[in-house]
Amino acid sequence: MADERIPFATHAETTVLGADEIILNMGPQHPSTHGVLRVKLRLDGEKVIGSECVIGYLHRGVEKIAEHRSYQQFAPYVDRMDYVAAVSNGLGYCEAVEKLLGAEAPLRARVIRTILTELQRIASHLFWLGTHALDIGALTPLFYCLREREEILKIFEKYCGARLTTHAFRIGGLQYEAYDEFEKDVERFCKPFDKRVDEYESLLTSNRIWVGRTKGIGILTAKEAIDYAASGPVIRASGVKWDIRKAMPYAAYDLYKFEIPVGKNGDTYDRYIVRMEEMRQSRLICLQAIENIPAGPIMGKVGKVLKPPPGEVYHAIEAPKGELGYYIVSDGTTQPYRVRIRPPSFINLEAFDKMIRGHLVADVVAIIGTLDIVLGEVDR
Amino acid sequence: MQTAIHTLIHGIISIWVPLFCAVIIVAVLPLCTGYIVLMERKVMADMQARLGPMRVGPHGLLQPIADAVKLLLKEDIIPDEADKAIFWVAPLISVTAGMLAMSALAIGPWFQIADLNVGLLFIVGISALGIFGIVLGGWSSNSHYSLLGALRSAAQLVSYETAAGMAIVGALLLAGTLSTREIIQTQDDYGVWFIFAAPVGFFIYVVASIAETNRAPFDLPEAESELVAGYMTEYSGFRWALYFLAEYTNMVVVASIATTLFLGGWLRPFAGTPAFHFLDYFPTLLMLVVGGYCFYRAPKQPVKVQKMFMGVLGFVFFLVAAILAAPVLAPAGSLIASAMPGLHGAFWFLLKVGLYIYLFMWLRFTFPRYRFDQLMRLGWQFLIPLSIVNVMAIGVALVLHRQWGWSHWTAFPLTTLGTLAVAGWLGWAGEKKDKEHVFVGET
Repeated sequence: MADERIPFATHAETTVLGADEIILNMGPQHPSTHGVLRVKLRLDGEKVIGSECVIGYLHRGVEKIAEHRSYQQFAPYVDRMDYVAAVSNGLGYCEAVEKLLGAEAPLRARVIRTILTELQRIASHLFWLGTHALDIGALTPLFYCLREREEILKIFEKYCGARLTTHAFRIGGLQYEAYDEFEKDVERFCKPFDKRVDEYESLLTSNRIWVGRTKGIGILTAKEAIDYAASGPVIRASGVKWDIRKAMPYAAYDLYKFEIPVGKNGDTYDRYIVRMEEMRQSRLICLQAIENIPAGPIMGKVGKVLKPPPGEVYHAIEAPKGELGYYIVSDGTTQPYRVRIRPPSFINLEAFDKMIRGHLVADVVAIIGTLDIVLGEVDR
Repeated sequence: MQTAIHTLIHGIISIWVPLFCAVIIVAVLPLCTGYIVLMERKVMADMQARLGPMRVGPHGLLQPIADAVKLLLKEDIIPDEADKAIFWVAPLISVTAGMLAMSALAIGPWFQIADLNVGLLFIVGISALGIFGIVLGGWSSNSHYSLLGALRSAAQLVSYETAAGMAIVGALLLAGTLSTREIIQTQDDYGVWFIFAAPVGFFIYVVASIAETNRAPFDLPEAESELVAGYMTEYSGFRWALYFLAEYTNMVVVASIATTLFLGGWLRPFAGTPAFHFLDYFPTLLMLVVGGYCFYRAPKQPVKVQKMFMGVLGFVFFLVAAILAAPVLAPAGSLIASAMPGLHGAFWFLLKVGLYIYLFMWLRFTFPRYRFDQLMRLGWQFLIPLSIVNVMAIGVALVLHRQWGWSHWTAFPLTTLGTLAVAGWLGWAGEKKDKEHVFVGET
């Protein structure tokens, strides 16, 4: 019955008592594979001795679609990759095309972009926290998290009319001016948000069961994390201080002060702590940014028809889930010759097999949760 | 004349009440279960800052009935690969065991089917049989998820039944009897509930009973985020509902055992203290408040039928209030006043059971889920040793009290402190052991 495609040659362990292994198929329809991920598990009792992720159930050919759309037309498509953090996707794409054009968005546009993107990071992390806790069995945090996320979505809705797939930015700047109460709304959300994070932490951080379920689970050492090209909170929890906002500042991040939280052990608990701290840091960035949003135009000088000179460009941003990169090749026409997207979820998911080996079935959901994958982005 | 009427009433009670109770348990318990589910959903909604079911009936009060009808009408799917006969019979075993266990419980001095002299042993034994339903159901489904769920369930029940049994033994030492009725009577005679004499035993029983009924944070057999639905993954329609019924019946059973053993059963708080006799008005007042709230909400319902429904409900609560008030207000020694222990006893018993179940729900919505090895470690390395120590401590306290003439007030607190010290040591030792065995992924 053994499925030969599942890699298990790298480990030399036999099952206890020489019993048969069972192959458990998790997904694509399963309550906690975060969408349509399918995981095949080789089990010895409840111990996982091998795994294979089967992806592609949500493949929509985003990269191919790009080759048949003009640069502006393709922008809304990127929102549908990581649909939990659409604003970040849009930022990455717009900045990549701007780089290709040699244009730059005006400062005011960049500051507003920064605020919205950081709000999106908080929203994404809130959604991650709720679902991750739900997977581990804590039902209640999900509802608190979605309650806060709702306030962020309301700000998006007021700003651009959409809540989820926002298409908030345009190549060259912004289409919409920030609405009158924008700063006030952001402030009203950010001011008490610190206390809200404290609330979630009081439910989980020192909870014995939570600590027991997450400490020492899915350890990824710093070297392994680098080898797997992991990024975002996953690599930071392993102790590598790698954040593109600091390493290669984009938008208006060089104007603001913030810390990069790093973990030590690279386990699920550290990733949890890192993301919680990131939410607090994002809040600080928002608060700094709304203090002084510079006046000026919101749209840079780009033409109505975009014809970038022939060439190629790679631009990466720090999306909530990690390094989101766009590699765009232009042949001088109005349509990109090739767009290749480096999605953080996909690359981070590579480490799944490494992290799950030797753990129990119950840890599978903890590790899927801690990787914070969005299948729209993994499959594109 | 008076005694003749009393004899007659006693005769009626001894024959008809058990029958009546049996009918109630078989016919009404499923309905009650439905309403416990509704209560759970409402409690969950309350803790999660939302409303819960609001559509079917006013405040979702008819939701359980709608759910039951839906489940009855659903297609009964039996997988091709399943072992059909066992698949068919497994949920029935679970439900039957749960309901049978109810038969020896004393819900108030009047409401009991059978006052067995081995009552508690019978209840524990029968309710443990329910595991057969789970294991057979999981096995016969012929699915990996079901099998893993059933395996977990069997292991979990075996481990925690031991701890629960030892916790029960502690209380039995105090009571000196197995009959549920006499256990409560003893607590009345002592004038103190056993929770105060053996608090550690109560704590062990709470934890073990949550695990036994497969409730969060010990709901591994049906952990929906891991095993989809555990042993009942392949079940659908009414057969699935039977498992659900069994689970909630078991909850009522363990809550009733805890109430009987530790919380004084049908006894009113401070039953023997005249200064607290005003508490006799509490049931009436509670019903009046609930009924008044129904009347207050009635005009605010959107639909006319719902307004009427709320009105009727308020009226029913007032009626219950009147019934509960009658024996308190009637002159002492009259026929109506003699209904006091039966009516109020049932009220207090059900209230305690309800609060115990509320505790279950509270824990469920607060805690994440244990992992299987952690669950086993907690059971074998902490709860079972602690429960054995607890039994010994209670024995020591009884010897000190009965043979050596120590007072209650020194013997029991001292032994409880001793048990707590052992609990602290066990926890500390376990923690240390955990640190040595850091679970590292394979390299």
